[in-house]
Parts: sequence; C-alpha cells; structure tokens
Amino acid sequence: MSSLIRVWNIPGGVHPPENKKQSLQLPLGEIPLPPVLVIPLNQHLGTPSQAVVQVGDNVLAGQLIGAADGTFSVNTHASTSGTVIAIEECAIPHPSGIAAESIVIQPDGLHAWIEKEECADFRALDRLDLLDKIRAAGIAGLGGAGFPTAVKLAPKSTQIIDTLILNGAECEPYITADDMLMQVRANELIAGTLLLSHILHYPEKLLIGVEDNKPKAIAALKMAIASASVTDPEAKKIQVVSFPTKYPSGGAKQIIQILTGRETPSGHHSADIGVICVNVATAVAAWRAVRYGEPMISRVTTIVGEALQTQRNIDVLFGTPISYVLEQHGFDKNRASRVVMGGPMMGFTLLDLDAPVIKTTNCILAPSKQELPAPPPAQACIRCGMCADVCPASLLPQQLFWYAQAEDFDRLEAHNLFDCIECGACSYVCPSTIPLVQYYRAAKGSIRQNELEKEKADRSRQRFEFRQARIAKEEAEKEAKRLLRQKAAEEAKQKLADKAASLSALPQVSQTVPDVVSAAVAKVSSVQVSTDEQKTKLERMVNAAKVTLEFSQKPLVPNKTNPVISEEQLVKQQVRIKQAELKLAEAEKKLADFIATQPVQNPTDAKPIEAAQATSVTPEIIVAAKTATAEVTATIEDPMAAAIARAKARKKAAAIPDKSDEEKRAEQIKALQSRLQKARERLAQAEAENDPNIEAFRLGITKLEERLNEIQNSIGLQTG
Amino acid sequence: MALLNITSPHTHGANRTGRVMRLVVYATFPGIAALTHFFGIGVLINVLLASITCVAFEAAVMKLRQRPVMFYLADCSALVTGILIGVSLPAYCPWWLIVSASFIAIVLAKQLYGGMGFNPFNPAMVAYALLLVSFPLQMTSWPTPLPLLPDGQATLSLVAALDKIFFGTQIDGYSSATVLDIMKQNAGLTLNDLYKKEAVFDGRWAGAGWEWVNIAFLIGGIYLLYKKVFTWHAPVSMLAALTVMAALFYDSGSSNSSGSPIFHLLSGATMLGAFFIVTDPVTSAVSNKGRIVYGASIGVLIYVIRSWGTSYPDGVAFAVLLLNFASPFIDYYTTPRTYGHKKPRRATDSTPRDGH
Repeated sequence: MSSLIRVWNIPGGVHPPENKKQSLQLPLGEIPLPPVLVIPLNQHLGTPSQAVVQVGDNVLAGQLIGAADGTFSVNTHASTSGTVIAIEECAIPHPSGIAAESIVIQPDGLHAWIEKEECADFRALDRLDLLDKIRAAGIAGLGGAGFPTAVKLAPKSTQIIDTLILNGAECEPYITADDMLMQVRANELIAGTLLLSHILHYPEKLLIGVEDNKPKAIAALKMAIASASVTDPEAKKIQVVSFPTKYPSGGAKQIIQILTGRETPSGHHSADIGVICVNVATAVAAWRAVRYGEPMISRVTTIVGEALQTQRNIDVLFGTPISYVLEQHGFDKNRASRVVMGGPMMGFTLLDLDAPVIKTTNCILAPSKQELPAPPPAQACIRCGMCADVCPASLLPQQLFWYAQAEDFDRLEAHNLFDCIECGACSYVCPSTIPLVQYYRAAKGSIRQNELEKEKADRSRQRFEFRQARIAKEEAEKEAKRLLRQKAAEEAKQKLADKAASLSALPQVSQTVPDVVSAAVAKVSSVQVSTDEQKTKLERMVNAAKVTLEFSQKPLVPNKTNPVISEEQLVKQQVRIKQAELKLAEAEKKLADFIATQPVQNPTDAKPIEAAQATSVTPEIIVAAKTATAEVTATIEDPMAAAIARAKARKKAAAIPDKSDEEKRAEQIKALQSRLQKARERLAQAEAENDPNIEAFRLGITKLEERLNEIQNSIGLQTG
Repeated sequence: MALLNITSPHTHGANRTGRVMRLVVYATFPGIAALTHFFGIGVLINVLLASITCVAFEAAVMKLRQRPVMFYLADCSALVTGILIGVSLPAYCPWWLIVSASFIAIVLAKQLYGGMGFNPFNPAMVAYALLLVSFPLQMTSWPTPLPLLPDGQATLSLVAALDKIFFGTQIDGYSSATVLDIMKQNAGLTLNDLYKKEAVFDGRWAGAGWEWVNIAFLIGGIYLLYKKVFTWHAPVSMLAALTVMAALFYDSGSSNSSGSPIFHLLSGATMLGAFFIVTDPVTSAVSNKGRIVYGASIGVLIYVIRSWGTSYPDGVAFAVLLLNFASPFIDYYTTPRTYGHKKPRRATDSTPRDGH
C-alpha cells in the first residue's frame, strides 16, 4: 500500500510548535453524564433546525429534537435520554459570544437509545437512501466548519468526482482528536471511506491525507486497509498519503492542492474540480449512521492546555457544557490565560464557559498564562513581507492590512481579500504582532454589510423610479383623456350648431323632427347658462386665489402650539406664497381668456346660424355641415325660420313642468340646509384652529347659501 | 481569569520588529570594523554621533506627537538609520553635517510622513542625497585609507579627529580621491595601465580599503540572509544587475571601460546598498517578484550613474530614491497570482469576485 501519489507543495505555511504530545499520553476517555445538556439548534453551517419537541417531553438518546429546516440545514438529536426542561436562548460557542435557541435536557441517567435501524450491507441500498440516512442522522462536517455532509456528498450531475480525500491532516497545534480517532477507529474509517466512495459512484482515487507527524495513525490505517482488503477488494484502492507537517495543510483547499496539485477556483467548490474532501471523523460518523442507524450525538474532542490537570481526548456528548468538561479535567481558573474552542491558530476565545460542546468542537484549549501569554501591543507594519511569504493563498497580507486600515474596499477586493482563509499564518509571523486576520475579518464584514446596504438602496431607488414613472404615466393618461374630452365637447358643440343651422334652414324638414330641434335649442340655451356660470366660477376662483395669497402673505406669528418660528416654516411660507401667486395668475388668465372669447362663444342674442357661420371656419366642420344637410338637398337661406323654431321649442319646454318638482325641491332644500349647518360648524372649528384652508370653507358656505337661495327663489317663482 | 475576547491566532512566532532591527545593527559591525580599520576613529565617531542624534530626534518627535517614547524607541529603527548615516558620510566630516543628516532622515523623511512604516523614501538615503547636493565638497572628502598613507603614519588620533570634526581644523593631505572618482575621470588609459599607475588600486580588485569594506558588509548581509531577516530577492537581483551591466560594458578593459564587474561589486557603497539599503522593506516593492524588479532596477541605475552620470561618482543613494518612487508602480504590475485564480489581478482591478 505504498503511496503512489505525488505530494505537491503548497506556498507559504508556518511551523508553530506542535504541542500534540500532551493530549496523546492517555487513551481516549469518557466523562460522566453532565447534570444538564444544552443542545443548540444550530451547530452547523446553514439554517438552524426547528425544535420538534416541547418542554416536558421525555426524549431518548438519538431522538430527533430539531428537524432540519430545508436542504442546507442539519437535524439535531437528543444526546441522551431524559426530559426537555427548557427551550430557550443559551450561550453557544461562537466567536461573537451570542446566545442562540437551544434545547435543554435533564438526563435521566439511563442513556436509553431509540430503536436503531441497522444495515449490514450498504451496497444493497440505493445511493439516495444512503444519503437520506446520513441526512437523517444529522451529520455535519466535524473538521470545524460544520458543512452539512449530505449536501457535500450530493454533487451536481455535471461535477464528475474522480478523487475522494479523507482529511486527516489535523495541522493545528495541540489538536489530536482526529489523530486519536484514526488510531482507535481505523476500521470504521476505512469502512466509512468505502461507503462514501459508493455514494460518490466510486471515484478513481480514494486518499486519506495525514501529516507525517502522526505515524501511529498512519500505521493503524494501513493495517485496517490490509485487513479490510481481505474481504473487500475495493479497500485496496484506498491510499494513505503522508505529507510533510506544515500549517495550514489541513485546510480543505490546501490538502486538495497537496494531494492533487489542483486549486479550487476562487468562489467555487472543490466538486467543480472533481474532488470531495471530507474530514475523517465525519466519515466515521457517516459510517455509524448507515451501519448502526446511529444519529450523531457525540464526537472525539481534545481537552488540552496547561491550566488543566488532565490533558487527553474524550468522546463527549453534544450539549455537554464546556465548564463541566473543564471541571472534569481539573481546570485551574487562575492559571488559565483564556479558554479557546479550536486550536491556537484559528480557534476563538469563549466568553461564557457554560456554552456547550457542539458538532464543530474539535478542541477545548485552556492554556496557562505562560503557555499562551496575552498578545503584545501591535507595532507599526514595516512591510517586511514575512506575512506574504507564509500566506498559503499567495496573498499580500501587508497590502491587505494597509487597505483594511484605510477601509479602501475596492483595493481589498482587487487584492483578493475574499480568498483569505483566515488561517492566521500571517499574524503568527508578524514581527510587529499586528492582529492581521482580525483586520481582514472586519473588512470582510464591512464589505458584506455594504453590499447588503447597496442592494437595499438599489431596491428603494428602483421603487422610487417606478413610482415616478407610474405617476408620470397616470398624469399623461389624464391629460390625454382631458384633451379627448375637450375635443369631443368642441366637436359636439360644432355638430350641434351645424345641425341647428341646417335644420333651421329647412323648416319643412325640421317640422318632421321637432324633438331634435327642441333638444338642440335646449342644449344651446344650457350652454349659454353654463357660460354665465363659468364666468362667475372663474371670478370666484380669482377671488379665492387672492384671499389665499393674502392669507399666505400674513406674517407668521408665534402662538401657543407653535411658539418658535423655524427656518423651515419660513421656507414653507415662501413656497405657499409662490403657489398662491401662481394660482392667482392662472385664475386671472383663465378669466381674461374667458372674457375675451365670450362674445364669440356666447351668442346670447345672435341667431344659431350666425353662430354656426362664426365658428364653422374649419374645413372639417364645413364637411360635417355638408353631410348633415346632404339628405335634404337644399341650401341654407332663411335665417328667420331658425328663430321661429327656437321660439317654438322654448315654448314647448316651458309647457312641460315636472309634477313632482315641488317635493324634490323641498328635499333638496333640507339637504342643503343640513350641509350648510355642517359647513358652518367646520368653519367655526377652522377659525378656532387657525386652519390655512379657512378661506376655502368660507367659500364653500357662500356657495351653499347661494344654491339654497336659488332653489328657494325658484320655488317662490313657481308658487307665485 | 477574565474571559477576554482575544482574536486568533493565539500563538505567535518569536520574531519581533525590535529583534529584526537589532540583527541589522549587529550585521553592520563587520563593515564598521573594516571602515574603522582603514579610515580610523572618525568612522566610529560618525556612527556614534549619528546614532545618538537619530535616537534623540526620534524621541523628541514621539514626545511632540504624544506617543509612548520608549515603546517606539524599542523597535530600534532610529538606531539603524543612525548607523547607516554614520557609515555613509565621510569620516571626520563636520559635526553639523551629521546632525543635519540625522534631522533630515528622522524628522523630515520619516516622522513627517507618519513615522515607522509610512515613509515612502529611505530616510538615510534622503539625508545623504540632500546633503550631497547641498554640500558636495564636505560630502565627498573621504580621508586617505590606511594602506595609502606614508610609511609609519597612522590614522588620526582621537584628539585630532575630534578637533577636525568639531572645530574644523584643517589637516594636510587628509583626503584623497576614491577609486570611483579616478575611474570616472579616467580618460585615455586602459584599465591595466590605470591600475598600475594609481597606487590606490594596489594592483587588486577595487582599490585600497574599499574592497575590504565591501566584503565586510557582504558578510553582514549574508548573516542577515541566514537569519531570514529579508529574502534574497532584492539584494541578489541588484548585485546581479550591476554585474551584468558591468560585464556588458566592460569593453575588455579599454580606456572607455568603466571597470570590471568585480570592481563595481566591491567599490563604493555597493554591498552596503545591496544588503542594508535596498533591503529596507518599508520603501521597497512588496512582493518577491516586485523586489526582484526593484533590486535589478537599482543595480542598473547604479551602473548608469557611475559610468555615464556627469557629476557624482557613486549612485546608490540616487538609484534607491528613484526606485522608492517607482515601487508603487512596480507593485501594480507584480501582484502574485492568488490561490484559485488563473492569473494575477492588477492592484486596481475591482471587478467583482467570482461566486459571491
């Protein structure tokens, strides 16, 4: 089983003190059940799972308590049997120290399992069924990121997977969890590798990458492969590849580069280059999920640091409070400089020790003050370039730092900030001890924030533009309609005049259609009435505009509700005055126009034929007039006949009074009186409040009064 | 134990800026020793005076800027600048020349730009160039090296040296032309004849004293390379470019020749420049590729100024300053290819990243 694989070199990298011996002295241990288990619903990358149990429910070990919310989410299971005593926000291990929804279980001490569905031969099952089993078991990447394993193992059909890499590099100092797991569960890892190979349609290469500082693990794996090969020829394909120890060779992108020489394109997944990379512990968990039907409820975790009496690896249930774990290992609070979840290069400090062990907890590091002293203050960057020499992504950390300080986000993007894997190698070597990674994290956060805000702003800008466009469209439609109406009215007027003219010119015909004539006369006279009304209306408009202008020109006086006149108010007043002036000018212009056109449009005493002659100057109207008179085939010659017809029509109209008119008018008067009453009340209120629309109210009342008088007069006329 | 939020990584390498600078200081010792051997106590007085004034100016400015003085002095960068000024200026030069150089370097060229890490130009070279232009006579009066002194005559005594430095007492036959001057003014002699004629060459590579001074600085530089204080890229490319230029225009040692490659490598400030000036990280290009371009350009420019320049025999200071100007430009074209990218991205390319 000698390695036939070329081991590639990766750029950069550092060699921090390994510190792996201290946790490997003792065998893999276990700790007693804690008094409570706090199981967060989000222990993975993706959407948090949804609680499916209630407070007071009794649960069994391995029972589903949080169901995955969508594909990019992971199931959560009870780690032991007991009672759900709370579902609430609890401290979780997170760099920000936030709390998150968790299910708190009080163990009953029995650790009774749910019924498990075993599967002796996974090859007998469909791949999709196997993926379902893995998904159901709540398996997320145990290497540190917590990527949902079922998602990772289901690449797109266009992504042909030719290499499966089991990541056993474990390059972080101190951490030995994977090393321990590979030593004691080598057989399960080989079986898990074969399972994943089956799910991924048997990739050409099955590689287990291990750094050369783990000879025991390598030997155990080689033995396990040899024994598995006896029964399963597929196992012969598995190769254990050891490569030189260098941090951060255990990063997914890095181990892929080491074992295949390929680089995952920026912004893509490794499946795009035909590689799937799975942590060794994840493979074991997947195997157990399929073989024994065991949901993932525990993991191997390294408990290490000089502030502890016992340093070792333990198989610990998810949800066990870290304070309890530390307590079981003789934690001396006074000696510790900090408590870190993860390794010293990429781990984060815990702000609340009651946070539980979760799926991504590969190490709990409790170093003493001598071991990992507080960081010295940062000095100025001298651009020595040591950071660039150790960067595994070949970035220029010193330039990134410069631009991150200046918040020059464009330059940061141009320098590929988002290809930074935050391994911390640059900070490690920095002679000025600048917390470089922290600057990059902050800059990434700001850029993401800016992008979100930009998206939001874009959306509201779009909304605003759409609204403007919609209003403009509506205005245009209104204007078009108005023009149409105007045109139609003019045409109708014209037609009517023509018709009247033609009819009056041919009295013999008009006698055959007396109704038409009378209607036309009525309309013409109504037009006359309305022109009068229009004039008064325009005059009223001018008056109202004048009053508004006067009102708005009144100096602003401080009163009770408004003791101080602000700049804004003055500006508003200016605007109001301007508007009022415009309105007045408009009204005056309209009135002037109206008066100017009046003699032409309002032929009070002129005969219809004259009106027709006066207005029918356009060729269309002449054509219309001609067609109107075509059927009678005669010419207009007697204007007097028209006058007679009109007089007749008027007589006729006056002779048909409405019988129920009186009651109607009485009703109208009543309605008007009540409206008037209401308007007066409103006016009084407006006066009290010093309402700017006060003049409008007054005008309204005057109008109502006028109308009322009119109707009363007409009644008087009729009755009198 | 308070549960503090401390950012990763939680462990740090042993390297510190102060240590880097101290290593640079140690690495100058062979060169200083050689200079002192050949030119006398004046070199030590130079170095001492320049170091003290540089550190004093640094402390004064830090005080003015209301920064913790000791914290900033601990990075030893002012000391390095002082030593570099001390070895660059001619021994026994007037005291005010040294003090001016320290002032220009620390106050004008470094602190006014924001201090450590923010200066675009090498402070010691700014001081050197400014003074060379302002006081060409004082700045080029190097004393006669030991091997050329009449038999039995030693370098100046401490008292005489102090007298010369602080009171400007003239000393007969004190200064003599350097080999670079002679080479520049050579007209009509082949190199062989020149070497024979001028005692200063002493029949060897690059003139009495200077060749050993350069070798001493080379030793210091190799020590720094071994200690990984800087990478090989800038100094090696500078020396290589200078060698190539000298070889190309050697012209078989005719009267038009400007000297052999070995002559250029071991004369003037070549080795001091290559390992102590060009390697200044603050003012050089940032990437390794960029540093190769930066170093090589300096090498070419040094040769150009030495051979075809009209007034100055040596060109290290000017070449370095010109390339300090150019280093952002070099950076623009020499960004390395990042993992997962097909080709390097230009420093101003702000096209959105893939997949985000």
